[in-house]
Parts: sequence; structure tokens; C-alpha cells
Amino acid sequence: MLQLVLTLIIYLILVIPVGRYLYHIAAGKQTFADPVLNRVDGAIYKLSGVDPHKGMNWKQYALTLVGTNAVMMVLSYLILRIQSIPLLNPNGVKSMEPALAFNTIISFMTNTNLQHYAGESGLSYLSQMLVIIFMMFVSAASGYAACVAFIRGLAGKTKDNVGNFFADLVRITTRVLLPFSLAGGLLLVWQGVPQNFSGNVVVQTLEGTYQVLAMGPVAALEIIKHLGTNGGGFFGANSATPMENPTILSNLIQLYSMMLLPGACVITFGKMVGDGRRQQQKSKAPETLLPARREGITARLFGQEGRSIFLAMGILFLAGLSLCYWAETQGNPALAEIGLSQAAGSMEGKEVRFGVAQSALFTTVTTSFTTGTVNNMHDTLTPLGGMVPLLHMMLNCVFGGKGVGLMNMILYAILAVFICGLMVGRTPEYLGKKIEGREMKLTALAIIIHPLLILSFTALAVATSAGQAGVTNPGFHGLSQILYEYASSAANNGSGFEGLADNTLFWNLTTGIVMFLGRYLPIVIQLAIAGSLMKKNYINESAGTLRTSTASFAVILVFVVYIFAALTFFPALALGPISEHLTLWG
Amino acid sequence: MNETTNKNAVFHSLRQSLAVTLILLLLCGFIFPVLLSGISAVIFPSQAGGSLVYADGQAVGAATVGQEFTAPYFMKGRPSACNYNTYYLDEQGNPCYSDGTPFAGLRTGSDNYAPSNPALTQRVEADIQAFLAANPEVKREEIPADLMTASGSGLDPHITPESARIQIPALAAASGLSQEELKQIVENNTQGKLFGIFGEETVNVLGVNMDIAQAMGLVGTIDE
Repeated sequence: MLQLVLTLIIYLILVIPVGRYLYHIAAGKQTFADPVLNRVDGAIYKLSGVDPHKGMNWKQYALTLVGTNAVMMVLSYLILRIQSIPLLNPNGVKSMEPALAFNTIISFMTNTNLQHYAGESGLSYLSQMLVIIFMMFVSAASGYAACVAFIRGLAGKTKDNVGNFFADLVRITTRVLLPFSLAGGLLLVWQGVPQNFSGNVVVQTLEGTYQVLAMGPVAALEIIKHLGTNGGGFFGANSATPMENPTILSNLIQLYSMMLLPGACVITFGKMVGDGRRQQQKSKAPETLLPARREGITARLFGQEGRSIFLAMGILFLAGLSLCYWAETQGNPALAEIGLSQAAGSMEGKEVRFGVAQSALFTTVTTSFTTGTVNNMHDTLTPLGGMVPLLHMMLNCVFGGKGVGLMNMILYAILAVFICGLMVGRTPEYLGKKIEGREMKLTALAIIIHPLLILSFTALAVATSAGQAGVTNPGFHGLSQILYEYASSAANNGSGFEGLADNTLFWNLTTGIVMFLGRYLPIVIQLAIAGSLMKKNYINESAGTLRTSTASFAVILVFVVYIFAALTFFPALALGPISEHLTLWG
Repeated sequence: MNETTNKNAVFHSLRQSLAVTLILLLLCGFIFPVLLSGISAVIFPSQAGGSLVYADGQAVGAATVGQEFTAPYFMKGRPSACNYNTYYLDEQGNPCYSDGTPFAGLRTGSDNYAPSNPALTQRVEADIQAFLAANPEVKREEIPADLMTASGSGLDPHITPESARIQIPALAAASGLSQEELKQIVENNTQGKLFGIFGEETVNVLGVNMDIAQAMGLVGTIDE
């Protein structure tokens, strides 16, 4: 218990300077590394013929993002199909077949990292580097770029310029992801994560038998896997394997690498919106100004609007973590019945070095921050313990990965001010802009896509024999396996109830489609909302304005999120994990 | 905007996309992992090479990876869905797991049994009976959960100190070492929590067994 509290307190301390740094990058302000990195960026712009100062409107930005991602997908698909060539392939891995390659490419480009192959047998080192590691960088950078453009739209400094996609992509890669990865990667190697290019080693054991030990450039993949909230492991068992995650310290490094940037995004949002508002205030005549409010310490650190969003995400996160941790400490009653002590909690599928506490924390973090890496097997979690990751992927706004979670949460914030506006009979407004028909329609559309994808494809899988064929656990848990797979795909999470036999044409195609739509539709719609809001004029704050920077707004937001989730997902959850819980404990 | 300029704009944008993609591919997918390998090989050569451990100069395993042990004088780890990727060669030279089934190549992972899956209860029951037969002093309710449940990776190198302690009487009988010696060996291979707070107390099974092998005179020098 104490270790969980301390882990989170250290996070709260670390996230503030990282948020400040990210804000400087996003807002194009100066940082200490500029003298070196300006040259690197300059060289990249020159080579590729990009003019970083050329602004784009939201449509151009979205189109460039999708187009660039498409180019990356085609190139990577080709590499996977010819990976059997003897280049950086000491273990003689074969080329990937088309349906699996299709699924893998979409999975990694959309930052999902759902893996229907096992890395130790399905990918050569060349593919691990040129496809997997490369895509882990650029998919994360694409997500953050979209988020930064979205925030620029909301902060509304200009009427139609949301920034240059290429400049955002390059700046985030060279100034955030690459330097953080190099430092973090070295720390992981220090803890015992392999980083080499030799083939797997066979040793003769003390008993005279043999053991195959996996090698490869593991640390390089491992660090960006978390930093970019990607989640696809070098090996099938992901961060549960001692090669990827050998010690408690490596576990903490991986936890913080996936938590810092999504949290920092909220701070960036708070600060940039704050900047926009101050600029707006300055331009007004002094007599129309409201008396300046004193800003508290949290408002200064997180930005006023960022603070309430961060608080709402924090409440949702803690509620999930508490349930998951409690459920896992209760153990498995079926094993207690045959006389196996459950005092240490449910240990099936968990590692001794992490125990129940760090496993429950990792599980909640990986699905809240939509990374998808696992340090224990989620299929083996207790029913309620496994419901938490499922629920957090369904919410998809509890911090969320690579900026996308923040964008989803803003949609819920717009929904919340709209509902509150209806209740008090006033035109809803958010961040000083009127929320009108067009924004509400787009918001409703963006919010509905996620449950629509999850539930309709789950229904499809349950109704077809090809879908049912993947289920490996009997009873209610079988439905949870299907539900989890699509929730993970739509939320671009990538973790799985790994028992599911998912390397089939049906699963490769359907999850590929869900991942693609779950990623690009919301991003385009969210940019459209930002584009629509930024055209509007600021309205003056009045006595009737619902203040969105307060703790009470954070509470309203939490309720809106939970009510929406309950309305859409409760029947499915009741048939899956809740029924399994009742049968086990009944 | 007429059609040609529109086409030009699309072409221009695609060319930029391709150029940026190729540059980032080289930077992130090649230069970064190679640079990290280079630096690691200089600063942390042992860890970068997989933390191999040696007995009499021969690599016998990795400090971070668990191993399957069957001899009665060696401590047992947790059940593994992939037998810790440990195999032997049968008379025809084919690699086989300790139960005689063919070796499936390098794997990681667990059985992925749901808590409600009857197969889980059956597997645990069979393991408990085998363990009780090998450790007659131990009562069923004394067995810690970690020793009878499979790890997530199938390669967990650790067990809890309690799981190590209950194996000592049987190990002493089989190895000829005293219980005190074995307790000392377990203690030497026990790692506490980080700063006394984070993680769990763990015993490295391979470390224990290398020390047992040395104490029994099966191997000379060991280098962990």
C-alpha cells in the first residue's frame, strides 16, 4: 500500500518539470538544448524540403497527418514481408504472411501495438528496429502532434493556423522522444535488459540440460515502448519477462516513462490555454477587465484549466487502481477451495518480484495511459481486477496515451458544460467560446464511435464461428476475452487477454479495421472541433458562466464520464467480468 | 485554386512525407538502437550481453532468467508454461521438454487460465500433490501461493523467501548439506525490497542452486 502511494507521489513531483518542458516544445519557446537541436532540426527540414514556419489549417494538418502515416505504413509493410533476408536476422526468422502483416502495421502505426505474433519467433532484429522501434517513435510523435494542434486550436491565438505537422513531428521526436529514450534506455541496460545484435544463446545448465536465452536490441525497444505509450513487447510475454523488465527499478522506470508524457500533456494544455486567455485579456480595455484573481500554486503549476482536468483524471485513476488492487489481494476462491493459501493474493500470471501491488498498479497504468504493455498476464487477473483495465480502455480518457486521452477528456468536458448548460438554461461555453450545434454534433459523433466499434464488433465475433473459435477460457470469461480484444483495439491500447487465439484471418482483419477507425476518425473529428472553436470570438465571463477551472467541475466531469460508461457498457460488463465474479464468489 | 496547382500541392506534400519518413526511419530505427548498443557495450558490457552467469568458465544460465530444475538436491522454481525454455536431447538427438514432449523453440508467456477455468484448478492440484510427495514434512496449507502458480512470463527467476524456506528439509536430505548451510545459501541469494519499500522480497533460484552445486562439489568456481 505504502509503495503505491509513494510511487504516485513521486510521479506528481516528476510530472511538473516534464510538463513545463513539453509546454516549451509545443509553444515553440526556447529550451536549454536549442543550440544543438536547432541544427539537427534545420538539417532535417532542409533535406526534406519542409518549411517549418508554414502554418496549416485543421484540414491540411489532418490530411498531412493521415498521408504521412500512410506512407510509413506502406514502407513498413514491405519490410515485414521481406524480413527473412539474412540482414540482422541471426535467428533465421521467416517473412510475415499478408493478413498478419496488415494487422501488425495498422497496430503499430495507430499506436495500439496489439500483437498477434510473438516477437521472439515472428520478427527479425531488422523488423524490430526498422518497423517496430521506428513506428513506436513516429506513431507517438503523430499523436502528440495532433494533441498539440488541438490545444493550439482551443488556445486560439489565431483564427485558422494550428501549426505545421512536419515541424511538430520532428520537434517532438528530436527534443522529447529521442533524448529521453537514450537516457532511459541506458538505465534499463544497467538494470539488466539486453541490448546487442547477437543471436539467441544456448547454454548447458547445471543439470546437463540446455536452455535457450533470448538476446537482441531489447532495451532500445523497451524504452520507447513506454515513453511513446506504445506497449508492444520485444517478446510475447512483454514486460512480464525478466529480459524486458528484470528488476523493481526497471519496473518503476517503465511506469514513469509511460505516465510522464500524458500527464505533461494536460499541463501543456493548461499553460497554453492560460497564455491564450492572458493575451485576450490584454487586448481589452482596462475598465472591462474583471478584478484579477490570485492564482494558487496548483493553478500556476498545472494551468487553471489543466488543473481541473488533471484532477478529474486523477480521481478516475485512483478509483480504478483501488478496485484492481483490492480484487487482486482477495486471491482466487477456486484455489483457496483446494487448499492453496491465498494470503499473498492471486499470484497466477504474476511475477514474484512485482507481487500483487506493483502488478495491479502496472495494469491500471497501462490501460489508463493506453500503453498496453503488461507486467502480468491480464487474462489471469481476478474478474473484478480484470474489469478495471477493461473499463479504463472503454473510458479511454483517464490520462490516455500520447495526447489522445486529453483530447477525449476535452470532449467529455464539452459534454459536461453542455449538460450543465441545459440544466441552468444558459448557452454552454468552454474556454471562453460558445458551444453550439456544430460542436455538439461533432462531439457526440466522436464519443459514440468508440462504444459503437467495441460493442458491434464484439457482437459480430460472438455471432460468428470464426470469432468464437478464438475463445480459450470457458464460461463468462470467454465473453470478457472478446470484449477486451476490441476495447483494446478501439482504445489503441494493445494489451490483451492473451489467451485469445487471435492470429486468424477473422481476428487480424476485424481488429485491424477497429484499430484504424478507432484512431483516425476521432483525431480528425477532434481537430474539426478545434478548427470550429478557434474561429469564434471570445465571450466575456459573466456571473452565469460555469467555471471549468474548479474542483467541483472536476467532480461533475467524473460523473459525466461514469454515467456515459454505465449507459453504454454496463450490460456487456455485467455479462462478462461481473457474472464471472458472482459465480466464483457465490 | 485550379486543378494543376491542387495536384502540385498534393505531390509536394507527399514528397515531404516520404522524405521525413525516410529520415526518421534512419534516425529512430537504425541510428538510435545502434548508438544505444554501442554505449551499453562500453559501460554495461555484462548486462547488455544478457547477464550470463558462469560455472567453471562455462555459461550455465542468466542471472535474470529462471531455469527448470528436476534433481532432488536443487531448489524448485515456479511452474512455467514454457518450461523456462529448458530442454534435453533424447537418443535421436531431438530436443524435448523434461516431460518428453517435443521442444517448441523459444517462447515466453503463461497458460492464460482465467481464475474460473477448471484447468487451472486441475494443474495446481497436480502440482501440489507432486510437491507434497517430494517434501513430506510440508503441510498443504503451508505452501505459499507463488510456488504453485505459473508466472506471467514463464521465466520468473524468483520465488518468495517463504517458498524457499519450506523446501529446505527435503533439499538437506537429498544434498547432504546441513539445514543451516542451506539457510545461509538462501539468505545470500535473497534480495530485499528497494529502499525497504518498493517491490517484494525475492530469492533467486538459479543463484541458490549454483551455490548448492558448489557446496556439494559439483562445480568448482562460479561467477555470477
